[in-house]
Amino acid sequence: MTTPLLPREHYLNIRYGILSWLLTKDHKRIALLYLISVTAFFFLGGFFAVLIRLELATPAGDMVSSDTYNKLFTMHGVIMVFFFLIPSIPAVLGNFLIPMMIGAKDLAFPRLNLLSWYIYMLGGTFTMWAVIVGGVDTGWTFYTPYSTAASNTNVVATGLGVFITGFSSILTGLNFIVTIHRMRAPGLTWFRLPLFVWAHYATSLIFILGTPVIAITVLLLAVERGLHIGIFDPALGGDPVLFQHLFWFYSHPAVYIMVLPSMGVVSEVVACFSRKNIFGYSFVAFSSLAIAVFGFLVWAHHMFVAGMSVYAAMIFSFLSYAVAIPSAVKVFNWTATLYKGSISWQAPLLFVFGFLGLFTIGGMTGLFLAALAIDVHVHDTYFIVAHFHYIMVGGAIMGYMAGLHFWWPKITGRMYPEGWAKFSALVIFIGFNLTFFPQFVLGYLGMPRRYHAYPEEFQVLNVMSSAGASILAVGYVIPMVYFLWSLRYGRAAGPNPWGATGLEWTTQSPPLTENFPMTPVVTEGAYEYSKREMRVV
Amino acid sequence: MPAPPGAVHVHDAHAHHPALQHQFETMGQQLESATLGMWLFLVTEIMFFGGLFMAYLLYRVWYPVAWAEGSLELDILLGGVNTVVLIGSSLTMALAVRAAQTGFPRATVNYLLVTMALGLTFLVIKGFEYAHKFETGHVPGPNFHFEGPHAQQVEIFLSLYFAMTGLHAVHMVIGFGLLSVIAWMAYRRRFSPEWYAPVEMAGLYWHFVDIVWIFLFPLLYLVDRAHHFV
Amino acid sequence: MWSSLPLFPEQASTLAHQVDNLYFFLVALTAFFSTLIAVLVVVFAVKYRRTHAAQVGAPITGSVPLELMWSIIPFGIAMVIFAWSANVYFNMARPPDESMEIYAVGKRWMWKFQHIGGRREINELHVPIGRPVKVTMTSEDVIHDLYLPNFRVKADVIPGRYSTIWFEATKRGEYHLFCAEYCGTKHSAMIGRVVVMEPTEYQAWLSGGGGEMSLAARGERMFQELACHTCHLPDASGRGPSLQGLFGSQVKLADGRTVTADEGYVRESILNPQAKLVAGYQPLMPTFQGLVNEEALMGLIEYVKSLPPAAGAPTGTAPQPATPQGERKPQ
Repeated sequence: MTTPLLPREHYLNIRYGILSWLLTKDHKRIALLYLISVTAFFFLGGFFAVLIRLELATPAGDMVSSDTYNKLFTMHGVIMVFFFLIPSIPAVLGNFLIPMMIGAKDLAFPRLNLLSWYIYMLGGTFTMWAVIVGGVDTGWTFYTPYSTAASNTNVVATGLGVFITGFSSILTGLNFIVTIHRMRAPGLTWFRLPLFVWAHYATSLIFILGTPVIAITVLLLAVERGLHIGIFDPALGGDPVLFQHLFWFYSHPAVYIMVLPSMGVVSEVVACFSRKNIFGYSFVAFSSLAIAVFGFLVWAHHMFVAGMSVYAAMIFSFLSYAVAIPSAVKVFNWTATLYKGSISWQAPLLFVFGFLGLFTIGGMTGLFLAALAIDVHVHDTYFIVAHFHYIMVGGAIMGYMAGLHFWWPKITGRMYPEGWAKFSALVIFIGFNLTFFPQFVLGYLGMPRRYHAYPEEFQVLNVMSSAGASILAVGYVIPMVYFLWSLRYGRAAGPNPWGATGLEWTTQSPPLTENFPMTPVVTEGAYEYSKREMRVV
Repeated sequence: MPAPPGAVHVHDAHAHHPALQHQFETMGQQLESATLGMWLFLVTEIMFFGGLFMAYLLYRVWYPVAWAEGSLELDILLGGVNTVVLIGSSLTMALAVRAAQTGFPRATVNYLLVTMALGLTFLVIKGFEYAHKFETGHVPGPNFHFEGPHAQQVEIFLSLYFAMTGLHAVHMVIGFGLLSVIAWMAYRRRFSPEWYAPVEMAGLYWHFVDIVWIFLFPLLYLVDRAHHFV
Repeated sequence: MWSSLPLFPEQASTLAHQVDNLYFFLVALTAFFSTLIAVLVVVFAVKYRRTHAAQVGAPITGSVPLELMWSIIPFGIAMVIFAWSANVYFNMARPPDESMEIYAVGKRWMWKFQHIGGRREINELHVPIGRPVKVTMTSEDVIHDLYLPNFRVKADVIPGRYSTIWFEATKRGEYHLFCAEYCGTKHSAMIGRVVVMEPTEYQAWLSGGGGEMSLAARGERMFQELACHTCHLPDASGRGPSLQGLFGSQVKLADGRTVTADEGYVRESILNPQAKLVAGYQPLMPTFQGLVNEEALMGLIEYVKSLPPAAGAPTGTAPQPATPQGERKPQ
């Protein structure tokens, strides 16, 4: 058994200098540019969350003013949704891995890829500027007429930031779809693709079809706010609920943008750390597509109490149950993959275990919300907040952490410290549950969301939640530290430290700029672990 | 071994065409990728305009009378001329692509220039229409002024008019810029039957912009025209 | 017994236990499936833990029967939940005909309630036990939401239109009243309480207060003050349609449509008269936007509701056949 060494030449050291990064066309470097940006936004959004939880530890609004508090939860939402959750896995892991997973040298449009990042940064700058000059307090949902006629904060600047960043998403989705269609290596048929690629394909469909709608919605919002033309203002003949329809037509599919890529990571990690083929490959692949399609049909379940007819509500409720089924199918398939596997308890898999449990809870609480009678009671309460944090943090971010750990050796050539990684997975899991489980109870008890101060009887659960948040925060800081540490001191990983299938693992770590010196030819499915002889590195 | 569609291992004199980008194996793969990419982009444009169409739909159902009143304020003659101009420009655009495809660079440049001229004509006529709206105080916003009990609702109609035609005009300006670049490249003899993808892609974009107008014209100009002609 | 566990709010309405029963079923279902997945994952992870470095997993790729089973059964369960919930929701969405009516206006940052008999409240709502109560509400500014957790009801309160909730209180006491749609600085202060009283207590409370006029009487006074009575003559000989027996009837409009004269119709006709011009009438009515606030509108609505049908005459349509249809466009 030889100790691996770092390869002499790879995509990181092929060229030095700031311009070689800022003008790169290499999808792997662009992925790292994104990694730095999304991480920065994550910690900024997390900082706002810490302040929120600090304020909510006591019933009175005594830490910050109401206006400041309203800005905190708004900016937490805007930053986390638009600048972290939506780009994270696709722009970091998707960008890095998709060409490698299909045996290509790069994405179809490398320059568009770089442009995506610049657009993202431009949008982020607008939003940051809005934060700095006073923030915005409409909630990340920007409901009218509050946002157009009553709020006196920087709505237009924030909206512009979101508008601009949307184009980053659109270009990424476009790039992925064309790449997956047209640049697969010889022999790589659709049903031999890794499920990570299927997941990103489905996500990209949503990027393409959904994002333009939020773009036009935000544009109309800005025009209404500036010119008061009346399109959303009832005093001028407009319909404030029209805004909600337009907004949620994108923002519901957006939640599938946030979770589908994470599901793709889960498939890869479960297969690798069970050394076993994914159970029900085509069912998992088609479920991704089904989620993307059905996801466009359920937007009004965010609006059940906004005055729609009983029959419209019934239809959206029914469809909301339908969209849950493919996700359930995936969870069952992943669990079945573990059966008779050869399971290695390493950090990526531990994060995936966290995903499986927490996403199941989050998904099942979605059934509560699809049930009209329950939704009426819990809409706009902490039950909703708990539900989406279970999916987004317990699901999507767990998957992201699993993916970062899994592919870190490929991206950097170095191993992270496994013991610390396991520890951080545990801390995050505990901190997360302590933070968000009490919020289910709070919501059903009747505590509305976006409340700066609350009745005393809700304090105990709020204190539990805030305590959990402090643990969760620590849990996220630890990986930052050891990932950075590993860049210098981590053990060299070698091409395939996990013994994983997948074309990306056939290259050196870190890879060459062109990924593959010779275009690979594919002759088997994506997860043929059972047929392999494992050579241990 | 079976090869997936798009990966064509043809090694001939054009295997290293100067326009072949490093991530592609063949010119064929590159063209197919560009085409798929452009179609996907056009789909996003449909969704982008779609939001405005949805708002239009809602308010037309709510305010049929105001919609008729607002539509009658639009100049059907100018709108009609613009429609013919734009359809004509799509024809010349298609002819430009054909010329590039069949290796006629001068014809390519000429057709592109005519397309641009027609596009410019469209924008100029639109400019006249907008200017007239400014003069009559029919621009939504603080200086909006309209006689009659439905003024508020007509303001919404006109807001959608300006939003939809304005967004369309922005796309036309972008198209004009795009075509000027393509025309320059054609002038410099960059295109040949082996590689004319940029002309074709620009053509797709231009046709899309034309099609959007084909929807905008009846929806905005022809509401309740059965009994009213200028 | 359960009320000492702070897991759900006190049940204070007829609907509350229906909602809670469904909720408990869903909680049990969630606990079951989450535990199932968690147990399976842990058991598999332990039982099949890698024993030697080169060990691989079994060559299993899937099972269509299993896939069908775990697609169809969850879908079936989902349909059960859907049907159950739809049933409860239908009850929630249909106020009983005999409901006692209350009007509410939300504005930043308070709730104003008007009882038909005349009493007005701010941030407090007194109701009797055992009578269905229907709250018809609107907003004066941005979207709010009236949320009564102990009754398990909630509805957005939207400017420019009416929304309703209904409940029948079952327990004496004081309960939370929250605004549940973010509305700005003092959103979390836009709260109050619902005071549920025995019927006799409630009667006593109603007749207390400052002896205000009933809502309909206030509306009638406004009707006179704004000169509505000069056009809307009861014998339909005026410039506007008679309002006798109008409320709840079908109205034929000039553009051919037929609409029901409900609260929203009356409100709109006052603020935007030409929106639904009645067949056979000229577009002469001026708008009263800016001259009447939401509470005045509620009074006018109650007044119109109180007008009995004129004996023999049809309501809401043109009585004079000689009146020309007229152009749709106003002068």
